[in-house]
Amino acid sequence: MSSTAEGSARGRVDVEQVTFGYHRDAVVRDVSFRAPPGGFVGIIGPNGSGKSTVIKLISGLMAPWSGHIALDGTDVASLSRREIGRRVAVVPQETDMPFPFTVLEMVLFGRTPHLGGFAFEQERDLQVARSALERTGTLALADRPVTELSGGERQRVALARALAQEPAILLLDEPSAFLDIRHAVEMYDLLRALRDEGVTIVSTLHDLNLAALYCEHIVLLSEGTVYQQGAPSAVITYEHLTAVYETEIYVSMNEITNTLNVLPLDGRSRATLRSPASESSPSRET
Amino acid sequence: MGAVQSHLTRRRFVTVIGSLAVLLVVAIVVCASIGPVRIDLFEAIDPRGDGVDATILLRARVPRVLLAVAVGAGLAIAGAVLQALLRNPLAEPHILGVSGGAAFGGVLTLFAASRLPLPSYLLTPVGAFAGALAAMLIVYRLGTVHGRLQPYTFLLAGVVCNAFTGALIMAVNAMADLFQTHGILFWLMGSLATSSYRLVLSSFAYVILGGVLLGMQARALNALSLGEESAAQLGVDVASVRRTCFVVSSLMVGAAVAVSGMIGFVGLIVPHVTRLMFGPDHRLLVPASALVGGIFLATADTMARTISSSSEVPVGVITALCGGPFFVYLLRRQGERHFR
Repeated sequence: MSSTAEGSARGRVDVEQVTFGYHRDAVVRDVSFRAPPGGFVGIIGPNGSGKSTVIKLISGLMAPWSGHIALDGTDVASLSRREIGRRVAVVPQETDMPFPFTVLEMVLFGRTPHLGGFAFEQERDLQVARSALERTGTLALADRPVTELSGGERQRVALARALAQEPAILLLDEPSAFLDIRHAVEMYDLLRALRDEGVTIVSTLHDLNLAALYCEHIVLLSEGTVYQQGAPSAVITYEHLTAVYETEIYVSMNEITNTLNVLPLDGRSRATLRSPASESSPSRET
Repeated sequence: MGAVQSHLTRRRFVTVIGSLAVLLVVAIVVCASIGPVRIDLFEAIDPRGDGVDATILLRARVPRVLLAVAVGAGLAIAGAVLQALLRNPLAEPHILGVSGGAAFGGVLTLFAASRLPLPSYLLTPVGAFAGALAAMLIVYRLGTVHGRLQPYTFLLAGVVCNAFTGALIMAVNAMADLFQTHGILFWLMGSLATSSYRLVLSSFAYVILGGVLLGMQARALNALSLGEESAAQLGVDVASVRRTCFVVSSLMVGAAVAVSGMIGFVGLIVPHVTRLMFGPDHRLLVPASALVGGIFLATADTMARTISSSSEVPVGVITALCGGPFFVYLLRRQGERHFR
């Protein structure tokens, strides 16, 4: 019954024309995209564009008003919480824990969908948890109460907990929001390694550079609808970003990584740009 | 057995629960042997004795101590579970208005009993159960917005519910005649004095049944401390766990109030102390709180009946007097760490 026994060619996510809202107004409208098994999909867009809602919808927390979300062809709505928990793990934006559980205990929570109501963890559960701690660089914290960790450490522990679920699909909601640049890169390197092992990654990102650097497919949301989607080079452009984020965003090519660099322009540069004295427009895309 | 253990193992579980069970038995024996009348335990259990000591021991002390154990265990389990559900260490049957609801239900039946053909000892538990459940339902409805539990709204709704039932109890009391008023006050003040083994047994039946039902939710309660969304994403059927836990813990509080009136602080302090000693894992916390709660209330009740030679102090006074300062001490010591 463990997730490894169910084969590795799993992890397809199909989001088809999904519309959903919390109250009367729709927050997400007619959103469609798909993530193939072992794909790395980034969802970008301004605050309030519906990124987090899409993540929650894929994890089956709410049912869409219309449209479908399928995991490996099965409608999420027809799966039990436990069945979803064995396939999909979610790393939330932030973890708030009122009780002083240790880091190891928190990571063992990831075994919840695989264990009964009272059962003690077996040796295999501990192995899975330990390897999750190792991969996220949190093994040294194992005995510490989570209430004493920094925001960045808690976030890595949350990723470890998600890994302990042994998911086919890993959903992340701005996982690097509280990480410094080194830990953000380390986290995305780890996600890329997981992708190489066949785990499907769907992540929302605020950091457009990380999106350009790591994602294979980008979904750009604007006010709940898909403004544009496709390869990073097709989506992350001056025109698209400037239109959706409503501020001038300069896009250039990074020659080391061969990926796009995204740079917002400050008010002074925007003013210079618009003054007739400036010779050439720096706001062209590459 | 320090506070920090990297995770709960079967061995640790057996060690902690076994040690606490031994402590509980010791507490029961010690508490039963203490009282205003000196008795000799060996004399009491000697079949050739005159039977006076045996009568005091078996008719008065043992059932009373056992009832204290059952009530203490029930309140402690309910407290531990409510704290987990609300993700708030301040949650407690009294603060959430459940005890108040149970008390109002009980008082209403005491008031109505004179107009009904049924005796009050049959009606009062029913009233207390109904009151506890109704209070919990009302607070639950007020404390959930769009199907999601709002812990702070929930706590405040409980405080309001408590004040409201308090007012209702006073209103009923004002309408009752002097004889009834006396009965109501006597019941409300609470006492664990009993010589009925049937009462003791039924109380234990409630605690054990409820404890097992809630203990089975322990892993889900662990996941719920991450919040409802994260728990659901870990495969927990949050709505069903929430329903089971609220209903069962309200019934346990109703049972406790029905047999012993309002005894405060047990559900607040016992889970705290237990968590500090043995960690927050609910698989251990729920049963360990039950045992610690039993030890605590049996000890407090023994103090209540021996502290003054002329009359008994209500046990709720003792639990509040011990519990209040201890709680403050814990708060200060732990600082911001556990009480953010």
